[in-house]
Amino acid sequence: MTHNSLEKITEVRQSVNNWRRYFSFSTDHKVIGVQYMVTTFIFFLIGGLLAMIIRAELITPELNVVDRPLYNGLFTMHGTIMIFLWIIPFNAGISNYLVPLMIGARDMAFPLLNAISFWIIPAASILLLSSFLLPNGTAQSGWWSYPPISLQIPPGQPFNGEFFWIVSLLLIGISSIMGAINFVTTIFWMRAPGMTFFRMPVFVWSVLSAQLLQLINLPSLTGALILLLFDLAFGTHFFKPLEGGDPIIYQHLFWFYSHPAVYIMALPAFGIFAEVLPAFSRNPLFGYRSLAIASLGIAVVSIFVWVHHMFTSATPGWMRMTFMVTSMLVAVPTGVKAFGWTATIWKSKLHLETPMLFAMGGAAMFIFGGITGVMLAAMPFDLHVHNTYFVVGHFHYIVFNTITMAIFAAIYFWFPKITGRMYAEGWGKLHFWLTFIPANITFFSMHPLGLQGMLRRVSSYDSQYQGWNIIASIGAFLLGASTLPFIANIVGSWLYGPKAVDNPWHASGLEWTTSSPPPPDNFEEIPIVKRPPYDYGNPKYSVIEPTDDNESGG
Amino acid sequence: MVRFFKYLLIAGYIAGLLVVSHWIGQQAFTWMPSEATAEAQKVDELFSFLVSIGTFIFLGLNSMMLYSVIFFRAPKEDYTEGHPSRGDVRLEILWTATPILLVVWIAFQGFNIYQQLNIIGLQQIVHLHTPLQSQRVYAAEISDVPKPASETIEVFVKQWDWSFCYANNVISHELHLPVNLTTRLNMHAKDVLHSFYVPEFRLQQYIVPGRNIDLVLTPIRTGKYHLKDSLFSGTYFALLDANVYVESPQKYNQWLNQTAAQEPTSATNQAVAEHNQPPKTWFKTSWYTVTPAPPYVITGKERVSNDT
Repeated sequence: MTHNSLEKITEVRQSVNNWRRYFSFSTDHKVIGVQYMVTTFIFFLIGGLLAMIIRAELITPELNVVDRPLYNGLFTMHGTIMIFLWIIPFNAGISNYLVPLMIGARDMAFPLLNAISFWIIPAASILLLSSFLLPNGTAQSGWWSYPPISLQIPPGQPFNGEFFWIVSLLLIGISSIMGAINFVTTIFWMRAPGMTFFRMPVFVWSVLSAQLLQLINLPSLTGALILLLFDLAFGTHFFKPLEGGDPIIYQHLFWFYSHPAVYIMALPAFGIFAEVLPAFSRNPLFGYRSLAIASLGIAVVSIFVWVHHMFTSATPGWMRMTFMVTSMLVAVPTGVKAFGWTATIWKSKLHLETPMLFAMGGAAMFIFGGITGVMLAAMPFDLHVHNTYFVVGHFHYIVFNTITMAIFAAIYFWFPKITGRMYAEGWGKLHFWLTFIPANITFFSMHPLGLQGMLRRVSSYDSQYQGWNIIASIGAFLLGASTLPFIANIVGSWLYGPKAVDNPWHASGLEWTTSSPPPPDNFEEIPIVKRPPYDYGNPKYSVIEPTDDNESGG
Repeated sequence: MVRFFKYLLIAGYIAGLLVVSHWIGQQAFTWMPSEATAEAQKVDELFSFLVSIGTFIFLGLNSMMLYSVIFFRAPKEDYTEGHPSRGDVRLEILWTATPILLVVWIAFQGFNIYQQLNIIGLQQIVHLHTPLQSQRVYAAEISDVPKPASETIEVFVKQWDWSFCYANNVISHELHLPVNLTTRLNMHAKDVLHSFYVPEFRLQQYIVPGRNIDLVLTPIRTGKYHLKDSLFSGTYFALLDANVYVESPQKYNQWLNQTAAQEPTSATNQAVAEHNQPPKTWFKTSWYTVTPAPPYVITGKERVSNDT
């Protein structure tokens, strides 16, 4: 390499390392990706703080920390923030960063639309959080906001917490639809020469499947929210039962999106497992085609499962039976994935660095969450545990123990690529154990509580439930504390960490063939793809890169 | 020979896993509250079955991961290949067929037990029939046929009060049910969605305002239980409960007669009490709440309602 070209590379790296661009209206997908991830992580912290206040209240059976309206506002905002301002937009962020790099594109298909999609999120979130300052506070009817309870508003206050909640969610929905259009177009039309569908990494398949779900299902939630807003603010009666409306229709519209939303959140997590596990097992992803198709399979089946949230609702027997079977069918493609991950790891050469720990921990816990999910789909059993802490425990095994663990795996895995620096491995491992153990303490405890009949959303409860509640709360506080080493590690490493080589994990994805961090246009030349993904078994592609003296690999 | 021992070891491991899974499945009966209805026994049988299968899958897959973590670690700087296998068609067919068979098995068990639950649930309010379907076919739906019951009790629920009206016009805030007799609960919500839930009965049923919701059940165990509203119903949601007494038919009739002869008395209501005198908490807001309506007056001689 000549002196001039080295200077040029240094110059480009300095320009991409300029932190000010992360506060600008950039149309670079990588900047937007980081903007999404950092912003949503702040909401993760806020949502987690609300969860800890909820758990503090639930240490004792009596009400003694917050009053009941505040408690109701806390769990409403916790659920809303964690789903709509943490996991879904974080996935949009990491997908934004990675998809063009993984398919060999220079950017997303519509860069300006991409930037607008992101900037809607802070605007909507400020609106949502500002409802804490309203005289009558935030929305208090839970993240699903069932009418008619969501329509019980303070008289004479047109701008109330519920109004803010609906408008915020509508804005977030618009952002998601814009994003989905962008992702689907990018994946279909912007792939590098040779990047056939079956050469795409499973992460890209997962993003494609999730974003197709956004396009198909999100309009039903948007429609439901618009009708709810009309009922709330303009005196219509779509969902008011005593005026001839039907609140059950709202449930159908809501769950038509909000159950697939779980897969919109989970599919990218499954994609992350598919990238991390092979890299740290030094294996091709076992059954790649099956796992890629399973992503689409999950998306297709998940469109037909929404009624299992309504088994105890106004649902006739034939519908209960039909949706019991379709809900259970999701176990088939997800089972294929879980078997594929296990076979990838089996008899390989495991490197247990932090991303691998988080990925394996997340995959293992997904098996538990998946099994309890099948239990909940079994209609007669659901008649007992519906709306109990069993559901809360199951749901958190999916959204935290699986998806958030996958997100941490992704952050550690692609941190060198994004920042050009290595994180501190010891701190990462500490973060893993401080997350994995308390997460299981917290969310496992909720299952026996639910089986015994403790209801979700109660601010006080019978004393018989106190034991498991204390354990769950201790776990939750430890879980909250676990973010501290993570923040210290990420901030410290981003500022002062040793410089990373382009491919510290010796991974096989296209994103590892460019510099760390990548230049503005991603690749000096658009690559021509001639090989299958996950080619770890082929010595030709498993070359260990030379490292400079002032750089350290993984 | 080595291969034979390997297969023997795997067979032994699977057999051990089956035994452990079955044992944990049997323990599952003890994780639930006592069974107080005929329906509860069926639900618990299904749960035990699900726990057995779930344990087998969870332990099976995770022990494979754990085994790999323990025995297949790479030396620190060894980034050479693990096993370069991309897939195995037979294995992939096997693990696609396995969840399909499991789903069919679990769904069959679920359907079977649902049939045995013998509950009407609620009258249909979602009729997804096309214009081409005749009304006659629709009218023949099983769930539209009233199920015979020995007793019928009207259940009223509002923010935040349960009340029960019996055949002799007695109104009470306690639910009394005769043991071993089928009872129909005609349920009515006054304001928002509520849900009838007694954990020992293993049944939940949403109650939709403006609709008559039927639930038919058969308690089989005498005792005192706790009725809860399982669907979030607003500020005082946690306080919306009532006592349920399952008793012999003689005791049940005796209670009905005694209560019918009583003078009307006003009932206490936790939500009203708390609304008037909120408990002390570290953080207090003045956020809006629906004012809880006063409860029905407990009445025997004359049915009175001061519901506003």
